[in-house]
Amino acid sequence: MPAGKLHVNGREVTVDVAGDENLLEVLRDTLDMTGTKYGCGEGQCGACTVLADGRAIRSCITPVRAVAGKRITTIEGLEQNGRLHPVQQAFLDANAFQCGYCTPGMILAAAALLRTTPSPTDSDIRAALDGNVCRCGTYPRIITAVRMAAKAGAR
Amino acid sequence: MNFEIERYELAESRRYSFEPDRREFLKLFGAGFLVLGFIDAQESGGGRGRGQRPNLPQEVAAWLHIAEDGAITAFTGKAEVGQNTRTALTQAVAEELRVPVASVKLTMADTGLTPFDAGTFGSRSMPDMLPQMRRVAAAARELVLARAATMLGAGRENLRADAGQVRDSLSGKRVTYAEVVKGQKLLETARIGQAPLTPPAEWKVLGQAVPKVDGRGFVTGAHRYSTDMKLPGMLFGAVLRPPAVGATLAAIDTASAQALPGVTVVRDGEFAGVAAGTASAARRALAALKPEWNTKAQPSQSELFAILKRTADARAESTKGSLEEGLAAADQKLSATYTVAYIAHAPLEPRAALANWDNGKLTVSTGTQRPFGVRRELSEAFGIPESRVRVVVPDTGSGYGGKHTGEAAIEAARLAREAGKPVKVVWTREEEFTWAYFRPAGVIDVQSGFRRDGMLTAWEFHNYNSGGSGLATMYDVPHQRVHFHRSESPLRQGSYRGLAATANHFAREVHMDEAAHALGMDPLDFRLRNLKNQRLRAVFERAAEAFGWAGRAAAAGRGFGLGGGFEKGGYVATFAEVSADAALKRVRVNRIVTAFECGAVVNPDCLRNQIEGAIVMGLGGALTEAIEFENGKILNPRFSGYRVPRFRDLPVIETVLVDRKDLPSAGAGETPIVGVAPAISNAIFAAARVRLRSLPMLGGAPRT
Repeated sequence: MPAGKLHVNGREVTVDVAGDENLLEVLRDTLDMTGTKYGCGEGQCGACTVLADGRAIRSCITPVRAVAGKRITTIEGLEQNGRLHPVQQAFLDANAFQCGYCTPGMILAAAALLRTTPSPTDSDIRAALDGNVCRCGTYPRIITAVRMAAKAGAR
Repeated sequence: MNFEIERYELAESRRYSFEPDRREFLKLFGAGFLVLGFIDAQESGGGRGRGQRPNLPQEVAAWLHIAEDGAITAFTGKAEVGQNTRTALTQAVAEELRVPVASVKLTMADTGLTPFDAGTFGSRSMPDMLPQMRRVAAAARELVLARAATMLGAGRENLRADAGQVRDSLSGKRVTYAEVVKGQKLLETARIGQAPLTPPAEWKVLGQAVPKVDGRGFVTGAHRYSTDMKLPGMLFGAVLRPPAVGATLAAIDTASAQALPGVTVVRDGEFAGVAAGTASAARRALAALKPEWNTKAQPSQSELFAILKRTADARAESTKGSLEEGLAAADQKLSATYTVAYIAHAPLEPRAALANWDNGKLTVSTGTQRPFGVRRELSEAFGIPESRVRVVVPDTGSGYGGKHTGEAAIEAARLAREAGKPVKVVWTREEEFTWAYFRPAGVIDVQSGFRRDGMLTAWEFHNYNSGGSGLATMYDVPHQRVHFHRSESPLRQGSYRGLAATANHFAREVHMDEAAHALGMDPLDFRLRNLKNQRLRAVFERAAEAFGWAGRAAAAGRGFGLGGGFEKGGYVATFAEVSADAALKRVRVNRIVTAFECGAVVNPDCLRNQIEGAIVMGLGGALTEAIEFENGKILNPRFSGYRVPRFRDLPVIETVLVDRKDLPSAGAGETPIVGVAPAISNAIFAAARVRLRSLPMLGGAPRT
């Protein structure tokens, strides 16, 4: 199998997988970065959301070859020097989760939104996160958390 | 009245009990106090009434450990599935032991370490385990105080415990818990239930909005769910599934799959599965099996409600007074039929398990609400004693009543035994939508009789298949005939958040709305006129006030409705505002207000979170969620075909907490869901004059 290079969370890593393997399994199984979750395998629930060059993508339907040369950010890469990303902190402060399984994908989708729209309206937030499912139903809190993160100046 | 026990939650008495080896505890946790307790059933109210097993183990079990550094570990068989039981129980220990929340860790749902527990369901964690954790911690506090009295040469009556220290009020001398247990290898056996508990009015930690205790691990991705577990040499398993319910294996080509490098194939009766070094290799091996199936005709959804009625038992006696008398006394009568579809829990973390055999001992990490039940399933599946099986449940990616069973655990263990290596099985979304179990579908026939003055005289209520929870009407009707009829379910069905209470409240509360309209009465006034229960009246009144029911301004295409009831110790009233056109092409829930009372509030923020979550989840079952099936095949086993609530569906949600510090705390994970569907249906009627009696009200999702 061909070896390929991926840029993940500021590091270059070499992975020995076929190019059509999905990014989700490469992150989780090959690189043991399990913060990114499997939820549906069809890009419908957002649990597998990661950033590619700052944009939110669904890693479960993304072959690794499609992200060669792109900077991948996973939930493990948001914390800097022990300091949580403002969106992470806001999710904690707003208690914006129950089981937490959708949380990494939600946080990355929100981080991608705030990068392009630093002061989103509620309808911006709803539209940007509509592809992310929280079965526990914490949507109201997630909207609150994204608003808090925007105020705190997340970029 | 004699109602059926909710059969989907029946937990049989276990025949044997194997408590963990206490020496293992000392190895794991070191020196200090290990509080072993037994429960005085009389005092703890540990029994659950006639014919049912007690909710708590009666034998001596290890419940709490205080380490030499003052760290406190408490043990409970309850599982954390997002409902924040971990946080609530941690608060309970901190409160009674007089220590900071941060110094308490809970070991949960590990059959190797925690006392037996029947399972995390039925909203029992607050009524059963919260007082138990309080009693355990209070017993530990008394042990610490007794030893501190000796160390300080002080009288017990002069000692006060606070913030992990004991202080002698006479001498002013202090000793920390860490110092008290230093060098001790004490296995203290406490009679749990004797030490005094802190009354709710004096709570300092309980009753507070303590944040999720281990929240950081969830926002960083550090927390490991069952799906994330890994062991050296681990293989990935995949299981062959039939094309439809009832299909059996006719032939299978194991040789081609077995020939693939690093692949283990198992064919054992109807079970066929593979294990391989990567998930994709396992999928390839599975595809190589080329199975042939024997199929036989199976039911389809078009026949569902007819089947449920046809196969039901036919009991029809009055359960209170005489229905005929009640109907004769009525000025008006009303009959209607209500239905609910099968729906899926669709927990975002699917079923998953990592199984490892070591010298004939099996350890499985899996997301389940019944670790001890799954231990028994494994013991029976493999013919080994329960003492050789350990089930560990990491905090799990939700359940909603959908994870009572151990399918993935058994599958992973079967593959691991064959492969001689640890195997992880993670169900796909399609498997989860197809081979888990569903909330039962049901048909509910209601007949009522009432007088012109708005008093109900007769109430007949027949629930076919969906279940007995919330079956009894909370309204005071002198003549009743109320039955739950068991039927043959075409699909596998089981527990679900709120169980049948959602279906029964839907039928009852929509019917009440229909009766109020037939009488020309305000639907809230009509309810209150027939309702004596003060706790339920209180939530109706509080929610009405917060909603602005009295001053509501009806307009074309906009309507208001309500629904409520009680179940599992919680009292709920939900009011909804809906926009809907007459053709129901555009239906939007604009606002939901729910008042909820479940005794003394344990954690107001986590409680609001549960209520909000129940409302959002309730929107799905009310409006769009339905499992569609044809000839035994699930037609919409994916999120693109099964429409769950999303951000775009979110109404404005307001919650009103009624805190009753004078009443024991009840659970809150289930009951707040029951008023959602009827409130919306009644609001749609008010907006569009269309009466919707079937859930989901807007049909299933279009398949794309």
